[in-house]
Amino acid sequence: MRVRLKVWRQKHAHRPGGFHTYETPELNPNMSFLEMLDVVNEELTQRGEEPIAFDHDCREGICGTCSLVINGKPHGPHRGVATCQTYLRSFRDGDEIVVEPFRAKAFPLIKDLIVSRKAFDHIIQAGGFVSVRTGSAPDANALPIPKPDADRAMDAAQCIGCGACVAACKNASAMLFVAAKVSHLALLPQGKVERERRARAMVQAMEAAGFGGCSVTGSCEAVCPKEISLEFIARLNREYGRALLKGPN
Amino acid sequence: MKLEANIPAGPLAQKWSKYRFDSKLVSPANKRRYKVVVVGAGLAGASAAATLAELGYDVENFVFHDSPRRAHSIAAQGGINAAKNYQNDGDSVRRLFYDTIKGGDFRAREANVYRLAEVSVSIIDQCVAQGVPFAREYGGLLDNRSFGGAQVSRTFYARGQTGQQLLLGAYSALARQAGLGAVKCHTHAEMLDLVVVDGHAKGIIVRNLISGELTRHAADAVVLATGGYGNVFNLSTYARGSNATAIWRAYKRGACFANPCFTQIHPTCIPVSGDYQSKLTLMSESLRNDGRIWVPKQAGDKRPPQDIPEGERDYYLERMYPSFGNLAPRDISSRAAKRVCDEGRGVGESGRGVYLDFAEAIQRLGEATIRERYGNLFAIYKEITDENAYRSPMRIFPAVHYTMGGLWVDYSLMSNLPGLFVLGEANFSDHGANRLGASALMQGLADGYFVLPATIAGYLASQKPDQRPRPDHDAFRQAEEQVRGSVRRLLASQGQRTVASFHKELGQLLWDHCGMARNAAGLKQALDRIPALREEFWRNVRVPGDAEELNQSLERAGRVADFLELAELLCLDALTREESCGGHFREEHQYPDGEAKRDDQNFAFVSAWEYQGPDRPPVLQREPLGYEEVKMTTRSYK
Ligand SMILES: Cc1cc2nc3c(=O)[nH]c(=O)nc-3n(C[C@H](O)[C@H](O)[C@H](O)COP(=O)(O)OP(=O)(O)OC[C@H]3O[C@@H](n4cnc5c(N)ncnc54)[C@H](O)[C@@H]3O)c2cc1C
Ligand code: FES
Repeated sequence: MRVRLKVWRQKHAHRPGGFHTYETPELNPNMSFLEMLDVVNEELTQRGEEPIAFDHDCREGICGTCSLVINGKPHGPHRGVATCQTYLRSFRDGDEIVVEPFRAKAFPLIKDLIVSRKAFDHIIQAGGFVSVRTGSAPDANALPIPKPDADRAMDAAQCIGCGACVAACKNASAMLFVAAKVSHLALLPQGKVERERRARAMVQAMEAAGFGGCSVTGSCEAVCPKEISLEFIARLNREYGRALLKGPN
Repeated sequence: MKLEANIPAGPLAQKWSKYRFDSKLVSPANKRRYKVVVVGAGLAGASAAATLAELGYDVENFVFHDSPRRAHSIAAQGGINAAKNYQNDGDSVRRLFYDTIKGGDFRAREANVYRLAEVSVSIIDQCVAQGVPFAREYGGLLDNRSFGGAQVSRTFYARGQTGQQLLLGAYSALARQAGLGAVKCHTHAEMLDLVVVDGHAKGIIVRNLISGELTRHAADAVVLATGGYGNVFNLSTYARGSNATAIWRAYKRGACFANPCFTQIHPTCIPVSGDYQSKLTLMSESLRNDGRIWVPKQAGDKRPPQDIPEGERDYYLERMYPSFGNLAPRDISSRAAKRVCDEGRGVGESGRGVYLDFAEAIQRLGEATIRERYGNLFAIYKEITDENAYRSPMRIFPAVHYTMGGLWVDYSLMSNLPGLFVLGEANFSDHGANRLGASALMQGLADGYFVLPATIAGYLASQKPDQRPRPDHDAFRQAEEQVRGSVRRLLASQGQRTVASFHKELGQLLWDHCGMARNAAGLKQALDRIPALREEFWRNVRVPGDAEELNQSLERAGRVADFLELAELLCLDALTREESCGGHFREEHQYPDGEAKRDDQNFAFVSAWEYQGPDRPPVLQREPLGYEEVKMTTRSYK
C-alpha cells in the first residue's frame, strides 16, 4: 500500500510552519505508523532533505514519548493505544493522512512534530509524590491494602504522561493528567497524609503552567492510550474541594 | 594497572554492615559543598539523584530524554525480585544470593551479589511507602509470582507495568527534591564526554539537544546511570534511544570496560516480521509461568498448531530441563529455541519462531484468570501480530534484551577512575554472564537508593569541599573542543549513506557472528569487517541539518559512531573468552549434549579492558573471581 502524508513542518518555534505533502513508497500494512515515518525519513535523508522530527522512544506504548495528531485525533484512529502502537493496517491504500503536533499553549513547539511537555514535570514537582525519605519505610506488608483499592490506584497510576488529553481538549486542560496522579495517591493509605496539600499544589501548578480549565467534554478520556477514566476527574474535584474546605496548611 | 575490587574482609553476611561502619562520612554541614553530577534518571539514576539530594548533597541530574520519567526502565514489564519470603516457600537472602550467582554462571562477584540480595528487602518497603501500587492478594498483602531460574515465588509486580510503576516512584522522589530546589534537572541534555582532571572524574560536557549548545559541568564526583548498550545490535527490546555513548566516552577517558561480550538474548520476544522493523517487542518472561513452549517433533511440519496432535509436539524445555521446565533461565531457553529452529522445526513464515501455548492453562484456570494475569501482554501481542493468543499459541523468538557487561566498578561502585561511579545496567557488577529475570530492576534500585548513597561519602571525604576544578580548567576546554570537532566532522561528511543503514548493517553483523552462538572464525570475520564499516561510516555517512538546532540525525550519528567502536571490543572480548558461560556460548566449548562448557581453571575472572588510544589494541586486565561461600558447580537445571 501507499499513502499521501500531509505533515506539519516547522524549523523552530520562532519561524512560521506549514504543511508539506509527501508521497510514500510502497509500504507493508504490518508496519507501525512510526516505522512508516522512518521509511519516509530515510528517503528524505537520501535526497539531502531534512527528515521529519518526531518524538518516540519505547515504541510499545509505555514511555509516553510519542505524540502526533493523526487525522485530527491525538494518537490516531484507535482507542486505547499510543501513536507507536498504531499500524498501517488501520489505513487504506491511497489514503491521505494529516499529521500534526500536539498543540497547546502550555506545550510550546520545538520543531516539526515535537513539542515541550516540561509543564508536566513542573506539576509533579509541585506535589505528585509521597514525602518519604529513602530508608525510612516500614515493612511493606505492615499495612494491608484492600485489593480493590490497590487495583483502582493502579488504574490511575497507569498514566504515561504523553499529553494526548491536553491535545484533545478544546481548553487544553491537563485535568486528566493531574486527576490520575492525585487519584493514584489519594486511593492509597501512603498518599492520604498529604492529600489536601497535594491536590491544591498540583491544581495551582497546572493553572500556572497555562493549561485551561475543565468543562468535562470527555475528549481526554477518548484519546487516552491507557483509557484513564473521567471518574478520576470527579475524584480530583472532590479532593480539591476537600483541600479548599480544610483551608491553607 | 592493578584492579582492586576493595571487598571488605570478614564473613560474607557481614561485609556490607562492616563496610558501612568503617566508611568515612561527610558531615551534614559539608554535604551541600559537594556537587554530584548524576547522568541518567532510569531506576538507578533517579533513585540515586533523589537519595543523594535527600542526604544534602548538591545534585545535578542530566537526561537526554525530554523528561526524567521517560527512561528505558519504564518499559520493564514482569517484576522485581526481593528475598522477602512473604510466600513462606523457603526463600531467604542466602537463596536469592545463590540463585543469582548460579544464574550468572559463576562469573559475578560474590560479595556484590550477597549485598544485592540483602538490600532487596528494603527496596520493596521503600517503593510501597512511595505509593507504588504493587499487585495484592485479597487479604490486602503483596502478591508474588515466579520468574526463570528460581524455584520460589519472590517476584513483586504491578500488572505488566512493574518498571513503569517503580520508575514513577523514583521519578516522584526526584521531582520532590527538584521542587525543593535540592536537585537541578536538565532534560534534553546529552552527556558527550567525561572530564578527567589529575586522574579523577571531575565533570562532563553536555549538548543541549534543542539548541545544540555545548556546556561544561564541573563536579566533585560523577555518577553514570546511563543504561545498557544492547542497541549496538540495532534490533533489540530496548527503547530506540538507549545508547552507549556515556559509558563509551568514559572508557575512552580511562574507565575499564568489563565483560562486554556478556549480552543477554531473551527467549520470549515477538519474532522479526520484516525489513522495516525498528524494534523487537518483549513478551514478559512471566508468561512462562503458565505458557508451555513447544515446536513440532517433525522438521518442516507446516500444519497449523491446533492440527498438530499432542503426541507430535515437542515441549522441549520440559523434556530437556524437567526440574525447571518452561522456567529454565534465559540463556538456556534462548539457545534451546535456536537449536530447534536450526533443526528445521521452527514455526511461522520465517521458521524462526517457537510456540508459547496457553491452551492448557486456559482450560485449567479459565480464560478470565489468564486475562487478569496477562491481559495487557495478550493485547500487545494482538496489536503487533493481529493474532489472538487466547485462541492459538503465541509465536516467539529470542531477541537482544540486556547487557551484563558494562563499566568496571569496585565494591563501592566506583570505577578505576576515582570519582566516577557507575550504577544500574551501565555497570557490570552483579549478574555475571547471565541475568535472572526481575533482577535488573532490583539491582538498579539497590544501587541508587541504598548502595551509592552509602559508598560515595568514602570518596568525597577524601576530597576537600569546594575544591573541585572550575569549568574554565584546561581539561574542560579540551574536552569541549573534542566534542565540537566530532560533531563538525559528522555534519561535514556529506556522503551517500544514512546513519540508519550503518546501524542496520552493524547490527546484522553482530547478530550473525556474536549473537546466541559464537565461534572463532565468525568472530574474526566480524573483527575484520567492523573497522572497515567504521571507516566507511566516517567517509560516507550523510547527516542532514545543523549543529545548532534539534537534529535527530546528528544525535543518532554520534551514538552509532560509538556503537561502531564498541562492537569491536565486544567481539574481541568474545574471541578472548575461550569458554562458554551464561549468555556467552562458544560453539567450540560445549558438551556432547550441547550444554555450555565453562572453564573455571582458565576463565574464572572478570575481563576488564583498558583503552590505549585509537591506534592501539586495548589491554586486558583480569580481576580473578574467588568464591568463599559457594562452590562453583556445573550449572544444571535438569
Ligand atoms: C522490554 C524490557 C522489559 C524488561 N523487564 C524487566 C523486568 O521485568 N524486570 C527486570 O528486573 N528488568 C527488566 N528489564 C531490564 C531493565 O528494565 C533495565 O535493565 C533497567 O531498567 C535499566 O535501568 P537503568 O537505570 O540502569 O537505565 P535506563 O532505564 O536505561 O536509564 C538510562 C538513563 O540514562 C540517560 N542517559 C543515557 N545516556 C545518556 C547520555 N549520554 N547523556 C544523558 N543522559 C543519558 C537516559 O536519558 C535515561 O534517563 C527489561 C528490559 C526491557 C528492554
Ligand atoms: S514511543 Fe513510547 S509510548 Fe509511544
